[in-house]
Amino acid sequence: MPETAEHIVKSFEQELNRLRSLITEMGGMVESEVALATQAVLEHDDDAAAGVVEADPKVDALEQQVQQFVIRLLALRQPMAQDLRLIVACLRITGDLERIGDYAANVAKRSLVLGQFNLGIALTGLANMGRLVQRNLKAVIDAIGDSDADAAVEVWRSDEEVDGIYNALFRELITYMMEDPRNITPCTHLLFIAKNLERIGDHATNIAETLYYAVKGEPLTGTRPKGDTSAYAVVRPPES
Amino acid sequence: MADGETRPGEAAHDARAEGSGAAQVEIRNLEFFYGATRALKGITLDMPARQVTALIGPSGCGKSTLLRVLNRMYDLYPGQRATGEVLLDGINILDAAIDLNELRSRVGMVFQKPTPFPMSIYDNIAFGVKLHERLSRSQMDERVEWSLTRAALWEEVKDRLSSSSMGLSGGQQQRLCIARTIAVRPEVILLDEPTSALDPISTLRIEELIDELKRDFTIAIVTHNMQQAARCADQVALFYLGELVEIGSATQMFTAPRERRTQDYITGRFG
Repeated sequence: MPETAEHIVKSFEQELNRLRSLITEMGGMVESEVALATQAVLEHDDDAAAGVVEADPKVDALEQQVQQFVIRLLALRQPMAQDLRLIVACLRITGDLERIGDYAANVAKRSLVLGQFNLGIALTGLANMGRLVQRNLKAVIDAIGDSDADAAVEVWRSDEEVDGIYNALFRELITYMMEDPRNITPCTHLLFIAKNLERIGDHATNIAETLYYAVKGEPLTGTRPKGDTSAYAVVRPPES
Repeated sequence: MADGETRPGEAAHDARAEGSGAAQVEIRNLEFFYGATRALKGITLDMPARQVTALIGPSGCGKSTLLRVLNRMYDLYPGQRATGEVLLDGINILDAAIDLNELRSRVGMVFQKPTPFPMSIYDNIAFGVKLHERLSRSQMDERVEWSLTRAALWEEVKDRLSSSSMGLSGGQQQRLCIARTIAVRPEVILLDEPTSALDPISTLRIEELIDELKRDFTIAIVTHNMQQAARCADQVALFYLGELVEIGSATQMFTAPRERRTQDYITGRFG
């Protein structure tokens, strides 16, 4: 038996490579969408925001392309074992990537509104969150290319850090709103932006789980450390 | 057919059928030799009663040889021998004292190409039964109807039972062979690539039939069609160069096999 396990049917091998490259391409586009959207918020860069809004339909179109390609592969190749897992994983991952693109576009749109306010707030927490989310997203997309299950586990674990920053931001932004009602509009947008980034982090962990199963053939078990406690957060104004 | 419902011909069944039913097959350290060539190497596996075990692997891997051991068909050829144990409900069928005629009525076999006898449809079924049992005309009629019904052929042939079986289509002939096999009330049915010569619809009919038959019989099927193994089998065993590489549930084997060789074979990376 040859060590290099290539398919006897070369065209199937080529199709699987094509599927992988479609996902990587989509991953790259989504990565740059998230980077631009974060830049738009932090640097009040309207051109960056416009770039995201413009790119998103292309990501949606790629998702359609991946879906059709997957259906074609399932029908024509009737894949088994790791091929089956890879193909189904790509179908799931493309959905996660598409959703990440949507969140990025939403962040970009809100950045345009934020630009209309002169907000005297340092966005350090948001900047950190953006950096972490981008790091995780990049790591998981690279892991897809390398079929690296260990890297996927790493991403899966490190989402907790993103959640931690989100919780702090949640409280911080509400405090700003209580201090001055003029902050309510921009801070609400910032809150949604932070939530969108947090959701992007969650989709990155979804991708990590899917990738792990595709590579290992068994689900990533254990409880993922989840840190988003904002659902229970109560922030009250100081007693006067 | 729901459990407890009377099956056609059920009443006509003799005492032998009572309490026999499907048998469990346990293979222990089986070795098989074609002369000096060792075709099976230390095979140990269980085929649970009322389950379908699919044997897969590239040509020459030993899967058909294993089927031929299970009813001692190899005894017909000089220079072929098996060692180890094959327990049919606890009895070692490799034992020299085993009555081969009785064994072959307990372990029936269907081949790749339909092999109807050049006689009427009715006689195709009755022929084997007469070798093992004495039935009255009406009992035999019932047995023929029961077998053909179980093999999903009755409706198509009931008005021409005395016609030659050679006039049936390939798919019908294969179902006739299955009817002939189950007519003697075996406990185990061996299917050696039973659908490789059939069109897709006939293939699906046979697969549906396998699903139906496993309620009463223990089934071993050799197939080169992975999807067929995935659809029909409860457990799947992969053979390579006379060795059992891996055995597992069909779901596990086809979604997440443990062995690299299984993975490479079922995904078409060697063959």
